[in-house]
Parts: sequence; structure tokens; C-alpha cells
Amino acid sequence: MKKNILTLRNIRRVYAVFFLVLFIILVGLTSFKGLKGYEVPLFLELDPLVAVASFLTSWTIYKGLALSLIIIIATLFFGRFFCSWVCPMGIINQAVSSFFNKMRPVDAFKMNSYRPVYRLKYYILAALLVLSIFGPLQIGLFGPIAFITRSFAVSVFPAFNYWHGGLYLKQPLFHGGMLLSLLFIAALFANRFLNRFWCRIICPSGALLGLLSFKPFLRIRRDVEKCTDCQKCLQHCHGGCDPHTALRVSECHLCMNCIEDCPEGAVHYGLRDIASSVHAPVDVNRRRLIETAVAGAVIFPMMRSVITSKTSPRYNVIRPPGSTSEGDFLRRCIKCGECMKVCPTNVIQPALFEAGFEGLWTPILLNKIGYCEYNCVLCSRVCPTGAILPLTIEKKLGKPPAQKPLKIGIAFYDRGRCLPWAMNTDCIVCEEVCPTSPKAIWFQTVEMQLRDGTTKIFKRPYIDPNLCIGCGICENKCPVHDQPAIRVTSIGETRSLTNQMILKS
Amino acid sequence: MPSKHNKKEPELNRRQFLLGTAATCGLAAAAGVWGYIFYSKEPVRRQDTKIYTFKDYRTDDVKTYPQLAVARGKDAGKMVRAAIDRIGGMGRFIKPGDRVLLKPNVAWDRQPEQAANTNPLVVGAVVKLCLEAKAAFVWVTDVPVNDPYRSFARSGIEEAVKKAGGAIKFTAENNFVTTDLKGEALKIWPVSMFYHQVDKVINMPLVKHHSLSKCTMAMKNLYGVLGGQRNRLHQEINTSIADLAAAIRPTLTVMDATRVLKRNGPTGGNLADVSAENTVIAGVDQVAIETYSLRFLDLKAEEVPYILMAEKRGIGISDLKSLNIAEMDV
Repeated sequence: MKKNILTLRNIRRVYAVFFLVLFIILVGLTSFKGLKGYEVPLFLELDPLVAVASFLTSWTIYKGLALSLIIIIATLFFGRFFCSWVCPMGIINQAVSSFFNKMRPVDAFKMNSYRPVYRLKYYILAALLVLSIFGPLQIGLFGPIAFITRSFAVSVFPAFNYWHGGLYLKQPLFHGGMLLSLLFIAALFANRFLNRFWCRIICPSGALLGLLSFKPFLRIRRDVEKCTDCQKCLQHCHGGCDPHTALRVSECHLCMNCIEDCPEGAVHYGLRDIASSVHAPVDVNRRRLIETAVAGAVIFPMMRSVITSKTSPRYNVIRPPGSTSEGDFLRRCIKCGECMKVCPTNVIQPALFEAGFEGLWTPILLNKIGYCEYNCVLCSRVCPTGAILPLTIEKKLGKPPAQKPLKIGIAFYDRGRCLPWAMNTDCIVCEEVCPTSPKAIWFQTVEMQLRDGTTKIFKRPYIDPNLCIGCGICENKCPVHDQPAIRVTSIGETRSLTNQMILKS
Repeated sequence: MPSKHNKKEPELNRRQFLLGTAATCGLAAAAGVWGYIFYSKEPVRRQDTKIYTFKDYRTDDVKTYPQLAVARGKDAGKMVRAAIDRIGGMGRFIKPGDRVLLKPNVAWDRQPEQAANTNPLVVGAVVKLCLEAKAAFVWVTDVPVNDPYRSFARSGIEEAVKKAGGAIKFTAENNFVTTDLKGEALKIWPVSMFYHQVDKVINMPLVKHHSLSKCTMAMKNLYGVLGGQRNRLHQEINTSIADLAAAIRPTLTVMDATRVLKRNGPTGGNLADVSAENTVIAGVDQVAIETYSLRFLDLKAEEVPYILMAEKRGIGISDLKSLNIAEMDV
């Protein structure tokens, strides 16, 4: 007998491989070297959680995020297919789970039947959404696509480059990158203890899709008259959705494995049959849910009464060019790390607590590592949520039709460390590399009597705060490089009305 | 009452005893040998890294040709060809099978019109001439100040070189090798290893203003050979440039003065600072070429200390009157 290879399971496998490869290619291409341009962060735009949560913080569905409507609408009809068909985080978790299961004997029934702990993801979702209503967007911490994009940008690609090379000219370095790597590994290793640990227990996107698929027309259905209760349908179940009893539709990933595994042909995907079994609703305790929401609402005023980059500007929170004002920025940034991946100089770094707790892993510029490339606007082009608004070169540099160049900060001299100021030495590397025209760094030729009585003529640098755009190349190239003698701070940044110092410019 | 944990150790026979003793003695001996081999008074084992020196890339000096050839015109390709033909043609410098490296100035992420990098048409023309002279390959490299990928792409040099049949060599972190420059200020520095993998080097600078050294041309262009913390070189910029010029003796220098950056160098950025001089100069003597090119920046050799220092070290001649200079319009 010829085996039918065009089963739903095989079709799902083809989709999964296709989307996983597409994801890796898209993240890989998010560099200047890749396409001599920029690549659209398609997967971040597909994630409905990003669209829903950023809508709650800012009442807009920003540009590409409308793509997530495809997933939302399709989920209403077909169920929670995203998790096992499209989501790269889900597909990788599944691959890792299968690997671990092959390594040791597994009681598939115990592993894949529903557990009450799966409710946790709904509570996480509730907490994150309530927080979103009140301002800070924190879905980036647990959103699957943001999580995996960040992990690939900050950990996986750099690690690959470390072993194999060829991806970057200079090994990229990331501020606190170890923490991000460990979290990624922990998320994958959790599959050793429970299949699809992340997807079943933590993933707030999965929870949102679970809620959306509360009553899809098409579902997995089990014929109670054909079924012999052998429970073989649990053998490879992705979602842990109890296909052997009343199927929990909200947990079902539509992996289609139960259809293939059923020896009686009792399971099918489609409309209701005469003998179809009942389905179980979302297993959420209403009281818990309200508790969680209230907790989120209580945390909110506490989170407001702390010093953050929003309440008082921080000198070291320098945002990428094109960033919206700090309040809006924290309302939109999902910490996905696309800007960090695309930045050619590695200057964009995941913040730890520089911008306060809510600014964790948001992008800041560390000029010791890189500097903002004058003719580059790549980070503004890849941002999926509009935390960094798309720029043109003209807009960034203040060429017509734009009026003024965009400032991300201003450089200040530390005259106690600057070689010409402190040690009467020739240097002015900062003046050489300053990219504006005319240069924001200028100099005076001075004549000084040295300790030994000889006179020396050399040049001392000054900064013109009206011309400085805060790109930080001066700080990056300063030879006093442990604590550069010229440093950029955020004051004077175009995006802020209040973080200013000069009255007239 | 006997112990609950009453499993008894099995008896040892003679064979097992001897084998066990031998194994233990073996391990003990291995520990001793390990200590003997690795005993050291140094806290960390250091490996000696190989230290390279530059070879002399010059070919035998032929006196019959003029020292400098200056071509003026509109077509960069024709100017390059005419200037090099006048001093003996590329065949004088490149022998068939030679591995050739071009060192244009590609320091900045700027467009060709902004005259911060060598004109891509001039670079493309030289690549073509080298290949016509049957070079084994032509590599084009630099260690830019800005992002290398952007600098090579934006300067138009990547495209021009690929079109002409050459290859761009980006210098990755592990492409630097320690090299002794044997200078007064510059001793041991990381240097792009491509310089040690070729037979001929052609320096391809352009003429730019520079605040500290007054101008950046052929000898200053050799900064792009170095990696590491080269921002320290500014503290002794004249000595550093002379050191570099003494350490690296290119086969040929082709000076691009098609566009000259007169102010705000070396980055530029404003087209008002760029002046079209439509000139290409070829020669072997870097000091002579630079001295000749000073006219584009309204400078004299006496005002540029490093040129005089280089002359004193015997790198070239700055007295233009004593030289045979062939000028031509193309």
C-alpha cells in the first residue's frame, strides 16, 4: 500500500521548516552587509501580542503591525496554528523537545496531558496587558518573537561568529550579553523537563492566541464511537491539549500529530461530526485572573514613583537616532534587538538598569564600543514598532528639506584627562574624526612653557554645542580610552523638549 | 542486630591486587611527570608570536624615465594610463604572476563627490592596468576609520574594483599580524597581513586637508596599514608619518588629485570644500609626489614637517627643480 505523504502533519512540518529558515535568514540579513540596505522584521510584525499590547500603550496599530491581523483573523477561524506552524520560538522549542525525548524514555501520556500550571501563561498575559494600559510596554520580556529575535541578535549570531567567523569583521560585544544568553539556553533546556515548556506555560502570545481560538469553526475532533481510549493521540501532542478526552481548543497548536497517530482514524480536523466529542473551554480561574489584573494595577503606581529616564533624563541613556521622546519610546520599544543586530558599529547595546527597570534591554548607545555612523539610518529602518521612527539621511543630517541635523546628545571635554589640556600634548583625534561640516570640534593653537623651560606649540580642542550631533565618534576614537576625555551625554537630544541646556541655538 | 547496609566488599585476588597497584603507581608516576614537564617560574605560559617585517616592494630604479608623470584631463581612466605609461608603463612595476595589493584611501563612509576617499574611477583604472600586466591577482584593502563595509560600498570603490576584476579584502580582527616598523615612534604594531602576502604594493592616496598634519596624501595614507590603537599616532604625527614612509616602500604611488578636499579634512562632507583639479600623478618617489601635490592645498614643503623629515631619512627628494617631471594633458 502506498503511504500518503501529503498528510496534514507533513504539510505542517514543511511550513515549520520554511518559517524557521525564513526567520533565521531575515535576522541574518538584518545588517548592512546583508542587503546593502535593511530588512523588514516580518515576524515581529506578525506577532499579535506586539500589535495588541502596543495598541494598548499608544492607541495605534503602527504600520507593519497590521500584518498581525492576518494571524488574528486566521486564528479566529482555524485555531491556534501560529504556535506550531509559524512561530520560530515554538518550532525551535519543539525541535529541542523532540531531541530530549529521543535521548531518554518518556511517559508520553504523563508528558503530554494537560496540567493546571498551563494556566500561568494567561496570568502573565493579563499582567502584561494591564501594565500596557498604564504605560510601560513590557511584553518584550516574554513575547516569543521579541525573545528569540533578541537572543539571535545578541547571543546566537555572535556565538556562531566566534566559532566559525564570517558574519562580522569584528566580534560583536553586548552589555550584559551573558544574561541574555543564559536565559535563552534556560528556555531551551526547560524542554528537558516538560515538552514545549515555554509555549505551554510562559508564552503570553500563545495565551492571547488561545483566547482568540476559543470557538474556531475548524478544530481537531474525536469521534467518540470510533475511539477505543488507547490514548495514542497523546504520543506526539505539541500543546498538551488532551485530545483523548474533551479537547482543550485553546491549548491545541494544530500540530495534527493526533490525526496520524490514531490507529482507529477517529480524529480529524474540520467541522463537527455527529459523533464528535465535546471540547473544554479555556481553563482560567476567573478569580485568579482578576487578582492578577488588580496586581498589575497596583504595581503601576509603584512603578511610577521611581526615578527613571522618563522622570528625569539620564546622561547615559542615549537613544538611537530617530527615537521618539523617552515616554513614547518606553511605550513602544519591545526590546527585540533588531537595531542592535543591524548597527554596523555595535554601538547599540541592550540597557540593564540605566533607564530604570522598565528600560531593561531597551537600546542605548555605548560609545566605548562603537559610535553612531554619520551616514547611517539602518536602526530607524528596522524598528518594527516605531520606537525609532524611520529616518532618511537628509532628515538625520539636516540637509534640505530638513532644517536642522538630528542630535542624539552633545559631547563634553574632560579637560583633566584630555591630552592637549592636561598634558600639553598634540592630539586632536576628535577633531580629525568629527563628521559634521563644518566640524563641531574646533581648536586653538597655543604656546606653552613646559616643565623643562622649553616652549611648545600645539592645538587644544573645543566643542561647539550647536554643531555637535552627539554621534560619539570622538569618544570612541579618543586615545585616553579607558574613560575617554571627551564624552557624549544625552542632553540636547532632539527628541526631548526638556532635556536641553542651551537657550538659543 | 546486623547492619541494614550489609552488602560486603568482594574479595581481592592476587591478579586484581597487582593490577590495581600497577594502575595506582602509573597514575602517581604520571602526576610526577606532569609536574616535571610543566614546572615553571612564570605564572602564565606565553607563546612567542612571529614578528614580521615589511619587504621592500620597489622594483629596480630605471633612470631613463621621468620621476613624476602628471596627467591632466577629464577621463580618469585615460589620465591614469597616460601617467603610468609615461614612467615606463605598468610592465615596469608589475611582472607577470605578481601578487598585487592596492592601498587607496577608503577611510570614510562618504560618497566619491565628497572627496574623502580615493576616486573609484582611478582605483578601477589601476586594477585594470595591473591585470593587463598579468598580475596573479589584485587585492584592494584599507583599514577604514568608519565601518569598513559602508566605507567601501559608499566610496564606490567596491563596485569599481569588482567591475575591473579585482577583489576587496576586508581586514577582520584575525587578519592583523604583529610587525616591526623599526621607526622612532612606531615600533611593533598590528598590521594587516595582506601586506605580507603580496609582492607589490601600489599606494593610491588622494589630496586632502588635515588639521594636525596640514595635509594627508601618500605617506599619511599608510596609516591605513595599521590596526590597533592608531589614534595615539597623533601625538607624534610627523615622526609617525615619516616612520611609516620609511617602513613601507610601495612599488608605485598613484596620486588622485581629480577632486581635492581643501578644507574640513580629512572627513569633509561639504561639496563647497571640494575643488576639481582633474589631475593624476604617478611616480615612485613619495616625497616628490607629495611636494608636487602641495600646490593644490596652497602649501609649501617647508610648512609640512613630515615631508622634510622623510627627505632627511632618504625616502625622496622635495626639491622639484632637480627632478624630471613630465606633464601632459589628456
